[in-house]
Amino acid sequence: MTITSDAGSDLTPQVEMVTVVVDGVAIEIPKGTLVIRAAELLGIEIPRFCDHPLLEPVAACRMCLVDIEGVPKPQPACAQVVSEGMQVRTQLTSPVARDAQEGVMEFLLLNHPLDCPVCDKGGECPLQNQAMTAGRPESRFDEVKRTFPKPINVSAQILLDRERCVSCARCTRFAEQIAGDPMLELLERGANQQVGTAVDQPFDSYFSGNTVQICPVGALTSAAYRFRSRPFDLVSVPTTCEHCASGCSLRTDHRRGTVTRRLAWDEPAVNEEWNCDKGRFAFTYQEQGRVTTPLIREDGQLRVASWPEALDFAARGLSAASSHGVLVGGRSTVEDSYAYARFARVALKTDNIDFRVRDSSDEEAQFLRSAVAGTAVRTTYETLEQAPVVLLIAFEPEDESPIVFLRLRKAARGGTRVYAVGPVATRGLAKLSGTLIPAKPGAEPAVLAELAEQVRAELQAPGAVIMVGERIAGIQGGATAVLQLAQATGAALTWVPRRAGERGALDAGALAGLLPGGRPLTEDSARAAVAAAWGVDSLPATVGLAGAELLAAARDGAIGALITGGVELGDLADQSLGRAGLEAAGFVVALENHHSAITELADVVFPVAVVTEKAGTFMNWEGRPRPFAQTFKDALVMSDAVVLGMLAKAMNIAVGASDVAGIRQELGALGAWTGPRAERPNVPAGPVAEGAHLVATWRALIDNGVMQEGEPYLAATAHLVAATVSATTAGALGNPESVTVTGPLGSVTVPLEIGAVIDGVVCLPLNSPGCVLYRDLGVRSGQAVTIKGAL
Amino acid sequence: MITTGLTPIITEHWDKPDLYTIEGYRRVGGYQGLATAMKMDPDAIIGQIKDSGLRGRGGAGFPTGMKWGFVPQNDGKPHYLVVNADESEPGACKDIPIMLANPHALVEGVIITSYAIRASHAFIYIRGEVPHAIRKVANAVAEARAAGLIGDNILGSGFSLDVVVHSGAGAYICGEETALLDSLEGYRGQPRLKPPFPAVAGLYASPTVINNVETIANIPYILDRGVPWFRQFGTEKSPGFKVFAISGHVVHPGIYEAPLGITMRELLEYAGGIRGGGEVKFWLPGGSSVPMLTAEHLDIPLTYEDMAAAGTMLGTGTPMLFDNTVSVVKAVTRWLDFYKHESCGKCTPCREGTYWITGVLEKFEHGRGTAAEVDTLVNLCSQIAGRSFCALGDAAATPYPAALKYFRAEFEAATSTSADEQFNPVASYVFAEAATR
Repeated sequence: MTITSDAGSDLTPQVEMVTVVVDGVAIEIPKGTLVIRAAELLGIEIPRFCDHPLLEPVAACRMCLVDIEGVPKPQPACAQVVSEGMQVRTQLTSPVARDAQEGVMEFLLLNHPLDCPVCDKGGECPLQNQAMTAGRPESRFDEVKRTFPKPINVSAQILLDRERCVSCARCTRFAEQIAGDPMLELLERGANQQVGTAVDQPFDSYFSGNTVQICPVGALTSAAYRFRSRPFDLVSVPTTCEHCASGCSLRTDHRRGTVTRRLAWDEPAVNEEWNCDKGRFAFTYQEQGRVTTPLIREDGQLRVASWPEALDFAARGLSAASSHGVLVGGRSTVEDSYAYARFARVALKTDNIDFRVRDSSDEEAQFLRSAVAGTAVRTTYETLEQAPVVLLIAFEPEDESPIVFLRLRKAARGGTRVYAVGPVATRGLAKLSGTLIPAKPGAEPAVLAELAEQVRAELQAPGAVIMVGERIAGIQGGATAVLQLAQATGAALTWVPRRAGERGALDAGALAGLLPGGRPLTEDSARAAVAAAWGVDSLPATVGLAGAELLAAARDGAIGALITGGVELGDLADQSLGRAGLEAAGFVVALENHHSAITELADVVFPVAVVTEKAGTFMNWEGRPRPFAQTFKDALVMSDAVVLGMLAKAMNIAVGASDVAGIRQELGALGAWTGPRAERPNVPAGPVAEGAHLVATWRALIDNGVMQEGEPYLAATAHLVAATVSATTAGALGNPESVTVTGPLGSVTVPLEIGAVIDGVVCLPLNSPGCVLYRDLGVRSGQAVTIKGAL
Repeated sequence: MITTGLTPIITEHWDKPDLYTIEGYRRVGGYQGLATAMKMDPDAIIGQIKDSGLRGRGGAGFPTGMKWGFVPQNDGKPHYLVVNADESEPGACKDIPIMLANPHALVEGVIITSYAIRASHAFIYIRGEVPHAIRKVANAVAEARAAGLIGDNILGSGFSLDVVVHSGAGAYICGEETALLDSLEGYRGQPRLKPPFPAVAGLYASPTVINNVETIANIPYILDRGVPWFRQFGTEKSPGFKVFAISGHVVHPGIYEAPLGITMRELLEYAGGIRGGGEVKFWLPGGSSVPMLTAEHLDIPLTYEDMAAAGTMLGTGTPMLFDNTVSVVKAVTRWLDFYKHESCGKCTPCREGTYWITGVLEKFEHGRGTAAEVDTLVNLCSQIAGRSFCALGDAAATPYPAALKYFRAEFEAATSTSADEQFNPVASYVFAEAATR
């Protein structure tokens, strides 16, 4: 514990310290600390079940009873705060405490089944462990144990064996206090008390897996892991989650070359001890549909090729082309993105590169180059927690960055006010006690320009934060308006992309007009410095093509060869453009780990590693590097960077290091850019689309995403796929049970739900089962659709 | 100080058929205390209740005035008065009769108390199983509202009050004051962690006073007749009078209002003695949660302090008396079964301990206990008492050790002889004479 005594600094809170004595050892700690924490600081472990440092004390299990001098009864250490001079005696020095703990342990084991040999928790079970330290050798209980039919599903993913439950209420408190999804509750009384859900409301929380992890017994298990392994047979590796830009620390457990489960790992600065269900359960994709060997196209058919043959084939194809483009799918590590950025400039001598294979705009590129790339970390999870006010634009944190959502919820419970600009007061916003500033899709810039004076004033407070999501790219004038608002109010502006690789790819220079570290390509000194570092005479000096322009150029035959890395065609709003671009490009080299529409169109396919097969770094939304090690040390699959290095070699071009350590060294040597930044966008707000029903849409956390494949239990906990409209809009439609929504490409029929949506807007999930907007309707956010009641 | 004889105060006019109406109550001097109180400064009322020495009639006997004084004033938060009318203690039956016969005494007390603690919202939380009492109180509240005694600007004082009659859903734990608050807020009734105490953060996290029905019903009389009048009853540490509800094997079970300090022997005389001229085997001064006493304790004054000195508690002041026909093993088993059924489940010792003890006691009841278990049960009770979350666990751990103290032989006999063999169950029935005739 560091207490700075920096006189005159009013940012350093004055902490009142008290001295307490635990088992005869004195310790000075802040007033208000719980006895159980004070003991921990001294290395004294008081047994506990209901206590969890991130949950409010409940003092229900009574396992942590200690003897406090002057107090007649033993007190729960998890709920008792220290006071000056307090004398605490734990089980180590007090027979009373020892007796009380042994008594509670005996009681806890009364109705607990002796099924440790078949229980998933066996081997990592706090009850098992503490029964060893605080239990009696033999039970005196000779009566009939309480039993329940087992197990019951509290959701498709989470199973509950009620007879194992010790009623610690960690799961119910997590659901209520942390996730804000109080669908789990204790029911019944006395020994019949049990965890349960309402009849028609399963525990479909995005964070449900955390309850399995914090359950101190084997009462809660996941369908995905149940009966799959014994904890002591697993090898555990600390890793970083690859699913979104939150950057969670995970622990990956594997056995015989297969990942068996993933857990949230302790990272106070980022995810604390939580993660979302996607991060926890969606890893089966790593093993399915893999590209296992290089493939080359011969007579229109892909065939297996050896590495030398495929590398030679690709090198010749790339060298033959006179113009090139590089598409990086936004899911790459910093190191791989850097390798693409360097390969494009050095080997292909082009600046036609983009990591944004999704809805993007030139305005967004300008915004990212000028205000995000290579900037110093300003907003973090910690500052977010302390922010007086947070304004969200084009960002639904619960779906698009769930750990940001959890920290925002913690902040909101502590008094942070949350505003969201948009057409929907989402379920997530309600859980943040947030306020919607209504804006029709596309009207956000106008609404931001005329923000209420009171909100504007709040944003001027020190620590105020504006969070903007990647969907800002789809709003003409959006990024411009956001930048203006941030400048006018002084609020910290932070960009929260959805994919894990985007922030890192930006800093690695995988965007036209941008070199690593936020260096503008158009700055001579920046270009010269990077050219020197890369050992080349010069770099392309004109800003290349990006986004839809790059694809359009390919479609028009202006791109001789394309390299794609981890690209999913379905991510593109205009999928016909993407397909046409790839088809028209003279030569396509795909670095992919899975077979997809891209590999079907490529001329050469190289297999590359998934996250478990390589080391790397994801840079999260904060700009914080989240490095991770290789899970499977003996994996033979190479990373994108290594393959690109081999490809360059085959082209007789030296591109520098392609191993993780070497690339990190190169990036480190380049350092941050302190020179002039690229110009800010200045784009006027676009018109709001005409039409009775405008679409508001984003990707649900659990949806059709390719990295969620092969995990049916997770998929079954997705939120209801429905068209959500206001009561007025529903009334105008005649309040049908379901509706058919029609766009230029076709229709979907989904249930109709009434929600906090502004009139004239229909909210639909972007890529969920039965509702894939880009493919089925051909619309993106802000465009008009027609809606009819379905029969 | 008067500590003998019957002193009907709250029960004085219970023979009047219309006492439950506002006219009937007014005819016997009702709402005089309110008129007096509304002319007083709220702090002066708190002072007067402090001076009266009135102690809570719900069981714990905490000084009422002191409890009111804990409510922080000028804190900018709303204050609440909550009346605990969730009378569910086995053997206790005094609040429900008060609400049935004299509901306006409660309502008047609520108004005065709310005024004193600056609460503009009061709740009367009544046990759900007594709809007849709920109807009586709701009617009394409606009458008082119609008479301008509840609502805006009461008696021109500028003080406004709303009173809500709330029905519980039948859980004993909701008589625990913080569980009652959770229940009242719409949550599952389970006790809350203290601190914060309700006086600081109670209902809706605001300062809250929670008082028993009988406590509140005392208030109008103290205001109307004064502290010296009140203190002439009872003892120095237990001033006032008490609605004793006597049940069990007495000739005339019922309500006997008498000064604190009266003995059980005297009360028993008023109740006509034990039926058939029998003897008291054991008795409990105030509900199943207090340790039992025997015939040798009949002369101890019924005060908070004397009962504590005798190793028990006055509790709710509702004596249960059992004659020699009763198996103590069976009685204790019934009580433990009650606590097992009513344990809320929140904390381990109470939830699991009552489950275990009840199982063992049921074996004793059927003559299948073991000698070792006679002592194991003592140890189990000691693992619950003082280690559970709230007083329900302590209460559950009470009957067995107390019974064992006086009737160990009966439990030892129950290792081979069932309770029904030791004591013919039919003989203990209230209608036993008719049944055996």
